[in-house]
Amino acid sequence: MTQTLTQNQFESAPDLSYKPFHARNIRSRALTFLVAFFAFIAVIPLILVLGYILVQGSSKISLALLTQLPPPPGLEEGGIGNAIIGTLVVTAVAALIAVPVGVGGGVFLAEYSRSGWFAQFIRFGTNVLAGVPSIIAGVFIYGTIVTSRILFGSAYSAVAGGMALAVLMLPTVIKTTDEGLKLVPEDLRRAALGVGASRFVTVLRITLPAALTPIATGVVLGIARAAGETAPLIFTALFSQFWSDVLTPDGIFNSIATLSVLIYNFAIEPYEFHNELAWAASFVLVVLILALNLFSRWLAGVAAK
Amino acid sequence: MSDPDSRYLLRSRTPAEKLVDISFRYIAIAMASVVAIVLFSILLVVFLGSLDSMARYGWQFLVTSDWNPVDDQYGAGAAIYGTLITSLLALIIAVPMGVGAAIFITENIIPRQIRNVIGLMVELLAAIPSVVLGVWAIFVMEPFIRPGLELLYELFYWFPLFSTPPMGPGTIPAVLILVVMILPIITAISRDCLNQVPTELRQAAYGVGTTRWGAIINVILPAAISGIIGGVMLALGRAMGETMAVTMIIGNSNNFNVSLLAPGNTIAAMLANQFGEADGSQVSSLMYAAFVLIVLTLCVNIFARWIVKRLSLKY
Repeated sequence: MTQTLTQNQFESAPDLSYKPFHARNIRSRALTFLVAFFAFIAVIPLILVLGYILVQGSSKISLALLTQLPPPPGLEEGGIGNAIIGTLVVTAVAALIAVPVGVGGGVFLAEYSRSGWFAQFIRFGTNVLAGVPSIIAGVFIYGTIVTSRILFGSAYSAVAGGMALAVLMLPTVIKTTDEGLKLVPEDLRRAALGVGASRFVTVLRITLPAALTPIATGVVLGIARAAGETAPLIFTALFSQFWSDVLTPDGIFNSIATLSVLIYNFAIEPYEFHNELAWAASFVLVVLILALNLFSRWLAGVAAK
Repeated sequence: MSDPDSRYLLRSRTPAEKLVDISFRYIAIAMASVVAIVLFSILLVVFLGSLDSMARYGWQFLVTSDWNPVDDQYGAGAAIYGTLITSLLALIIAVPMGVGAAIFITENIIPRQIRNVIGLMVELLAAIPSVVLGVWAIFVMEPFIRPGLELLYELFYWFPLFSTPPMGPGTIPAVLILVVMILPIITAISRDCLNQVPTELRQAAYGVGTTRWGAIINVILPAAISGIIGGVMLALGRAMGETMAVTMIIGNSNNFNVSLLAPGNTIAAMLANQFGEADGSQVSSLMYAAFVLIVLTLCVNIFARWIVKRLSLKY
C-alpha cells in the first residue's frame, strides 16, 4: 500500500531557515573567531621580528660596515665583513659535501632500490638524522674532527664547520632527491632503457634532468637552513677577529668568523656597539635567508608549470 | 646502403661502459650508506665520550643537579628538567594555536589569497634563524613582557612555580621564544594534513546538515589526527634540541629552581655554553648530557613515526 503525504505532514516539517542565534551556530561562529585570533597571533611574531630587524639593522648598514673587521671590545668603529665572507665559505663547504652525497643517496633510493630492506633502513635513518638536534652535529664534529686534528693538524676550521653543517643538510637533500626522482614518470625510464641506454646514462641524462627543479628547490632550502645555523659552528668553526684568506689552505683550515656566531657572541656582550653589530648582522643574515627561501619557492613555481 | 642486418646486430656493451655502469651503482650505494655511517658515528662518538662519566656518576647524574667543575662533581638533573619543562610548556601553548591557525587557513573561512599570504608568512617565520630570534628575545621581547612577569610574581608569589622575582632571563621567556619557533612547524604540518582530507568527507558532513565546526570537530580533525599528532611530536623533538634562542634567554643557571621566573638551563644550552671551554671530566659529563638529549629526541621522533602509522585512518 502506498502512502501519500497529507497536508498535515507538510506543515509539521521543521523550519529549515538559518537561525543565527541557535546554540550550535553561535558556537560555530565563536570558534571561527577563536581560530582567526590564533592565526593572527601566529603571524604577529614574524611581523615584529622582521620589523625590528629591518628597522634596527637597515639603519646601521653602510659600506664600511659590510667591508671592515669587527672592532675589539670598546671601540666604536668596524664592521662584519669577515663574517659575511665566512658564512659564504662555510656554507659552500657544507654544500660541496652534502649535495653530491645527498643526490647520490637519493638516486640510490629512487632508482636502484625503492623497497629493499637496505633502502627502507636508509629512509628511516634519513628521518632520524633529520631529527638530530643541531648542537649534536657540532658535538659530533668536535669529537671526531676537531679534537683529533685529522684535517692536516688543524683544530677549529672552516672545513670542520662546513662538515657539521653538511650533517644537517644531508637529510634534506636526500629526501628531496628521492621525492623528486619518484615524480619522474616511469615511461621515461622504460623508454631510455628500451633504446639501449645503460642505467648510468638513464639516470644522468634522463631522470636527473627531469627532476632538476624539485632537487634544486630542496638544495636551496637546505643551504638557507645551513646558513642560519649557529649551534654546530660555535665549537667547530669557532670565530675569528681577522680576515680569512679563504682561497688558500691556510684560510680554510683555520677558525673562521661567521655571521651567526658573530650575532651570538656580540648580542650577549655588554658593549653597545657590539650589540649594534649583532643587529646589523641579523639584518644581513635574514635578508640572505629570506632571499634564498623566496628563490626556492620561485623554483618550485617554475617546476609546477 | 649498408648491410641491412648490421643495423639490428646485438652489440654487447664495452667493458668500459659496464665498468662505469656498475661503479655508478656502487657509488650510489656508498653515498646512501653515508647516512647510516654518520648516524651510527654520532651515537658511537657521544656514547664513547660519555663512558667515563657514566661509570663515575651512573644514574645519579640524571637526578642530581650539582654542576661544579672545581670539585669535579657533575649532575644534569636541572638541565634535563629544564629541557622537558620548557619543551612541554611550549607545546601546550603552541598546539592549540598552531592547529587553530591551520584550520583557519584550510577551511575556506577567508578568501584564498589571504590564506596563501598567511601560509607564506608562517613558513617564512620558520626560516628565521634561531640566533636572530634570540637577539630579538633579549632586546625586545624580554623587556616588553617584564612588567607582566612582575605582576605575575606579585599576585602569585606564594605559588612555587612563580616564587622568585623575575630578573631578566628565565624559563618563561625561553618557553615563549620556543612557542614562536615551533608554532610554524605545527601550523605547516597540520595544514598539509587537513588539506589531504578528501573533499567527499567534508561534503558528506555538510550534506547531512552539520555546521562548519560540527564538520571540523567530528569529521575533519579525526581524519587528519594521525598526521597532526606526528607533526606535534616532531615539533616536540625540535623544541628539546633547540639551542641558540634558548641559550640566549634562559639564563643558564646550573642550580635547580622550580620557579619558572628564575633562570634555568637546558641540555642544549649547557652544551652551547660550556663545550668549547671544557676539558677532562667536564667534557665527559657534557657528552653524557648530549647522549641523554640524543636518546630523548630519538625516542620522540621514532614515536612520532610510529603514531603516524598506527593512527592513520583508512577512509
